[in-house]
Amino acid sequence: MTEPSFYLDQLIPALNRGLVVSLLLIAPAGSCGLILGIIVGSVRAVGGPVARRLADWYAGIFRGTPLVVQLFVLYFGLPNVGLYLEPYTAAVVGFILCSGAYHSEYIRGGLLSIKRGQRLAAQALGFSSFKTMLWIMIPQAARRALPGCGNEIIYLIKYSSLAYIITCIELTGEGKIIATKYFRFTEVFLVVGLYYLLLVTLATIGLGKLEKKLYIPGFGGARR
Amino acid sequence: MSGQNGPVLRVENICKELGGKQILNRVSFSVNKGELLVLVGPSGGGKSTLLQCINFLIPPDSGRVWLDGSEIKIGKKQDLYSFRRQVGMIFQDFNLFDHLNALENVSIALRKVKKWKRDDARERAMAELARVGLADKANLYPAELSGGQKQRVSIARALAMDPKVMLLDEPTSALDPELIGEVLSVIRDLAKGGMTMVMATHQIAFSRSLADGVLFMEDGEIVEQGPIGELLSADAQTRTRAFSAKLNELYEENGS
Repeated sequence: MTEPSFYLDQLIPALNRGLVVSLLLIAPAGSCGLILGIIVGSVRAVGGPVARRLADWYAGIFRGTPLVVQLFVLYFGLPNVGLYLEPYTAAVVGFILCSGAYHSEYIRGGLLSIKRGQRLAAQALGFSSFKTMLWIMIPQAARRALPGCGNEIIYLIKYSSLAYIITCIELTGEGKIIATKYFRFTEVFLVVGLYYLLLVTLATIGLGKLEKKLYIPGFGGARR
Repeated sequence: MSGQNGPVLRVENICKELGGKQILNRVSFSVNKGELLVLVGPSGGGKSTLLQCINFLIPPDSGRVWLDGSEIKIGKKQDLYSFRRQVGMIFQDFNLFDHLNALENVSIALRKVKKWKRDDARERAMAELARVGLADKANLYPAELSGGQKQRVSIARALAMDPKVMLLDEPTSALDPELIGEVLSVIRDLAKGGMTMVMATHQIAFSRSLADGVLFMEDGEIVEQGPIGELLSADAQTRTRAFSAKLNELYEENGS
């Protein structure tokens, strides 16, 4: 009798609760991370020397250190300088900063692959540098960067599980609590794994649809 | 200075050095309203650089530029952008925006630079595409257009901005021979319609039939200038004539 009740009464409700927290981590981290990545990537590709160096340093540090360490610094380290972050806030900030650093690399690559003539043509029409970036360069770079950025979002879905280490109890955290309480690690983490697999599958389908929607002849990638 | 018959565009003493090499050496010329001036000369002579220096896509080291009698001060960004809006530029390799279809290529600057409403910009863009004979290609992307069609779209894109003068940088050099005619015929219509143009080209026969004047450039300097008939006349001992004779030989060899 305990068998069905463990799954239906204990595990699934807890994991669903965790899933909501995970989604609340992933959604803002994914979108803000992408926006940050576009800004940083643009600065790294075409910014002035000082801004470019700062952006390079940011990307270097956040791509060069483990995410767990970054989360520890945000959550346990910042209080030393008087800045206290909620576990949820610390996790989201950490994910945005980490994700933005990786996105910036894909966007930078996309921007560097655009022919010089595109920018010349825009400038010759009277576009300012900012408008050239906004309306000509970034729409093209984003399409070229999309497979890479999509990959980063899929990574994010999975590394969001690190939030529980700084006591933001999301999907993995809820699973760990149940597993420890009932000492049923195998079943619990198999189910947790299925939850992530489902999330990643949905994200993959969504990204595929997006790639199709943004398809433009001559840009390679998805076919109509 | 800016009288009715004064030059639309005047450049004076443009100098540009790149990588220790003097690309442009004190180049000066002017073009009057409705004139077509052709820029000829061997490759590497500075024709492209000159055209790009005129609207500051390549900032010249020194020199001055006037449009309609008022000098362009590039220190003020807004003045520079406003100047560029009034100078149409046609590139050798078209440089259409790859992510926009033909219609959007023509309308985007109207919408984002001139801040027109979407419908107005669309209507104007359709009119310009019709003018270059491409109304039926409005929804195609650059990758779906032939070279000649791309260059015609890029001309429509420049025309939509109502330029006072157009700079054309070898508009047919990247085209297959059978596509050159359609682009030249659009340029011919423009010239006949009174558009002021400066065109770098190797199309001597076309230039002879339409151009008002020639600038012959070599090693970063204008070595000859004048009416095209004079420089190309049979008894003229000019660099322009020698060069075009060489080009003709080349085309005959290739053509046979």
